[in-house]
Amino acid sequence: MAAPGATLLSDDTTGPIPPALRGILPVLLALPVLALAEVLLGASPFATYLLSVVGVNIILAVSLNIVNGMTGQFSIGHAGFMAVGAYIAGVTSLSLKEVALSFLPVAASDQVLFIVALLAGGACAALCGFLVGLPSLRLRGDYLAIVTLGFGEIIRVVVQNTEAFGRALGLSGIPQYSSVAMVYFWVFLVVLVARRIAGSSHGRSLWAIREDEVAAEAMGVDTTGYKVRAFVISSFFAGIAGGLFAHFVPIINPGSFTFVKSMEIVVMVVLGGLGSTTGAIVAAIFLTLLPEGLRSLFGALGAEGSLAQKVDQIRMPVYGILLVVLMLLRPQGLFGTKELWDVLPRWFSRKKKGLT
Amino acid sequence: MSQLLQHLINGLAAGTIYALVALGYTMVYGVLKLINFAHGDVMMVGVYMGYATAFALGREAQRSLWGVVVIFAVAMVGCALLGFLIERFAYRPLREKPRLTALITAIGISFALSYGFQLDIGFLPGASPRAFPEVIVPSEWFIVGDRDVVVWNWQVISFLIAVGLMAALQFLVYRTRFGKAMRAVSWDHRTAALMGIPTDRIIALTFMLSSALAAGAGLLYAIKDTSVSPLMGLYVGLKAFVAAVIGGIGNVPGAVVGALLLGLVEEFVVGYAASTWRDAVAFGFLILVLLVKPGGLFGRVAAEKV
Repeated sequence: MAAPGATLLSDDTTGPIPPALRGILPVLLALPVLALAEVLLGASPFATYLLSVVGVNIILAVSLNIVNGMTGQFSIGHAGFMAVGAYIAGVTSLSLKEVALSFLPVAASDQVLFIVALLAGGACAALCGFLVGLPSLRLRGDYLAIVTLGFGEIIRVVVQNTEAFGRALGLSGIPQYSSVAMVYFWVFLVVLVARRIAGSSHGRSLWAIREDEVAAEAMGVDTTGYKVRAFVISSFFAGIAGGLFAHFVPIINPGSFTFVKSMEIVVMVVLGGLGSTTGAIVAAIFLTLLPEGLRSLFGALGAEGSLAQKVDQIRMPVYGILLVVLMLLRPQGLFGTKELWDVLPRWFSRKKKGLT
Repeated sequence: MSQLLQHLINGLAAGTIYALVALGYTMVYGVLKLINFAHGDVMMVGVYMGYATAFALGREAQRSLWGVVVIFAVAMVGCALLGFLIERFAYRPLREKPRLTALITAIGISFALSYGFQLDIGFLPGASPRAFPEVIVPSEWFIVGDRDVVVWNWQVISFLIAVGLMAALQFLVYRTRFGKAMRAVSWDHRTAALMGIPTDRIIALTFMLSSALAAGAGLLYAIKDTSVSPLMGLYVGLKAFVAAVIGGIGNVPGAVVGALLLGLVEEFVVGYAASTWRDAVAFGFLILVLLVKPGGLFGRVAAEKV
């Protein structure tokens, strides 16, 4: 893979936007847009749902990218952490359903409780990430893959055997607190955190581990510590994503958090480019909307219902083939370790050259 | 007491099958330092090959001795070919790339196979499990007391086949020129190439061998389970991988011991606790072993050299 050092350095102070603002600027720009979108979308439940799913997938992809991309470890059990967050947040919300904070209006009180539930889910997921990460991150990367996969399976089995989590039937009746604005608030938070990590000395240590663990250790990087921390941050946001998910779908069950879900997130990260936050975002949006688009396209073409249904089936093997083809032809993914603003100007200038 | 004995027998029977799959993981890891994620799914494809062959043979022929031999031969040869193709076109181009690329490729192949076989387009079988024909008609061979301890004929047969295949593998690895070359590649493939060993061919042959073993094991598993489904590769493969890691990946006898241990642990969990916890226990066991002995029971933790 291309040395990320070069892009990191070029990322420093050059460019139109000062680096300190780069992380926060999108938040400032997006909040009013989101508030507007929330109002406009009020009429269309499907658009709201779709946007929320896209947002949750972005959170998952960006958070997984911290471990798989920046640190060069390979976790394939992200859905397990998402499940922890979803179930803990769901159970918290269910048990606080009757509670209202008397000094606040009902809607505000609900949102406060929602955030409490989300944080509870995120914290539990982070704790799980710590417990799973501590033994496995001391080992080689490929062991981590298996252990995280095994962890996902353990979570599924635990949920299926626990009465409080509704066993195989799942949890229903979780209050639908989630809103597009809330989802995208967390999207920006995770992007902010990921970008700040990438630019910080903490992030440089992660890149060092990714490029050569032995050398990093020789240079005094506490590799285990950094890896575990990256893993905990990543699991925390996976838990938040799960919590958000639990509050806008009618029912959560173990089937929502299988190996397939984990793979979906892995494909997003690999396609976007291991180490590129914006790449993960672009890939998450693309891979979430593509099946929806194909489905409605087939539906609009009047193809018999089976074809539209098959989109979901065909998606999975296509993901697998996509991974293989990507590794053979473009192992760094679409963006490599570059970010959107590193890539876009070049595309534009190339076009300009072509015109003149 | 008799119950304990029965669980021991069942656990060992399951363990021998895991052992055959685990050997494939360990061999490939030994020569390439690659966790072949797709191994279990190659096994699944082999079982479907055997399934198709059994149907082509018809009900009478599939139960005769030569019928069983043909089913095993087709599945094993077919899988060897599949293993060769995967190695040639997916892994070989990536051999000098970072290890992560090969790992992602392996995961991709695994995913493509296990979910590709769930489609019901063309010749693909569809997602629902199918009944595997009774190529070995079950009968009780050895009974203690009044059906206190039962040994089924297929348990004995699969035990014998598994032990036979393992003995053959042991002979191949330690007593033949090919085995010597394989061990040399495993030790250091660049130096082995300098010594005139055709490393590409040895690695390809190792893949073919491990895939053929997987096909044999998969058929034994399908006979035991009397079913075949596209996802069996994922689960059996993972269990076998766990077994290989427990024994110390890269270590041939370790894989066998790890697999027998795993088979016994699972059987005792199903027998004395609850069967729904079986899958979680295998992975819990794995994490426990990695915590206590990161290199597995027989593995050495090699210091990484720069």
